[in-house]
Amino acid sequence: MAKPKLKEHVINLDWCKGCGICIAFCPKSVLELDEKEKVVVARAKDCICCQLCELRCPDLAIKVEME
Amino acid sequence: MPVKDYIRERFFPHLWCPGCGHGIVLNALIRAIEKLGLSKNEIAMVSGIGCSSRISGYVDFHTLHTIHGRALAFATGLKLGLPSLNVIVPMGDGDALAIGGNHFIHAARRNIEMTAIIMNNRIYGMTGGQYSPLSGYGTMATTAPFSNIDHDFDVVDLSIAAGATFVARTTTFHVHQLIDILQQAILHEGFSVVEVLSQCPTYFGRKNKMGSAADMMTHYKDQTTPIGSKAKKENPALIERGVFVQKEMPEYCKEYDKIIERAMGRSESTPIS
Ligand SMILES: Cc1ncc(C[n+]2csc(CCOP(=O)(O)OP(=O)(O)O)c2C)c(N)n1
Ligand code: SF4
Ligand code: SF4
Ligand code: SF4
Ligand SMILES: [Mg+2]
Repeated sequence: MAKPKLKEHVINLDWCKGCGICIAFCPKSVLELDEKEKVVVARAKDCICCQLCELRCPDLAIKVEME
Repeated sequence: MPVKDYIRERFFPHLWCPGCGHGIVLNALIRAIEKLGLSKNEIAMVSGIGCSSRISGYVDFHTLHTIHGRALAFATGLKLGLPSLNVIVPMGDGDALAIGGNHFIHAARRNIEMTAIIMNNRIYGMTGGQYSPLSGYGTMATTAPFSNIDHDFDVVDLSIAAGATFVARTTTFHVHQLIDILQQAILHEGFSVVEVLSQCPTYFGRKNKMGSAADMMTHYKDQTTPIGSKAKKENPALIERGVFVQKEMPEYCKEYDKIIERAMGRSESTPIS
């Protein structure tokens, strides 16, 4: 199977509570919190599209869209 | 279907605290239902009272938000009346095993087809951090400021002893396993119990100095192991994850139908005078 390629992370800023779970367990350290305590994509090119951030988000606030 | 089609978006962001494990259970449950290809109309969720029980407000299935500890009693009535529904009953540890303990063991004993999910955060989250029957010896809670002297139940052992025909455990860290187990539990034709270790960073975490939500999930990763693993033999304190029991037994609604048939047959041959 071809490696999935990232299109974008769709983040719902109204729902993200900045808990940091997606950041703590991203295997490639792609995500960070910004100064408003919301998740941001800091290193999109490192993302391997494992979707663990999406599956572990308690707030359904992050979605990994692939090409 | 995208996730948003399974939820009542108008109630989001939900009321759970940042990092609450109950949101991860909601997330996984939606994925499990999507993978099973169930339509929303085939599912009824019945819950009691607690942070965990609020989950029924967020899903766009048939939902009943009932009273503390009694979700399984309502669910039993619903299932007997409409046996074709897939009935899912998410409960808190207090809801299921303190006030609701009797309903729990008897629903398991009857083997009525439904999926009981115990969102075990080892505390009464909603009411401010009182200890529950799952807090365990030596834990701290608002009602145990000098540490708890109650011992906890083992949900898996209790469920097996009570007669549940599907019994599994996992955690909010192990999301792939959680999604897989929820699918199996929903498909199981009998009473299924899924215990999910689910962090309450606000009360259990804070009282027991367990750090952030992510720290609590790391603890689940470090303190659990697959059933029968080598690690378990070396360190018996590890908590096992996986499916402990999956067996076939006569199911309550099906047996009840047979009783109705038998009773109808008798009334035809021997009319009541
Ligand atoms: C009959 C009755 N007794 C007590 C309460 C108060 N009460 C509400 S939720 C709750 C316990 C919540 O703990 P749990 O079931 O573990 O759910 P959590 O909030 O931790 O998810 C209690 C005691 C109530 N609502 N109804
Ligand atoms: S897990 Fe979800 S709520 Fe928590 S920081 Fe990430 S996107 Fe935000
Ligand atoms: S998909 Fe995987 S690699 Fe990409 S941001 Fe999410 S957790 Fe990190
Ligand atoms: S009090 Fe605990 S269980 Fe309730 S929403 Fe907050 S973190 Fe979750
Ligand atoms: Mg609880």
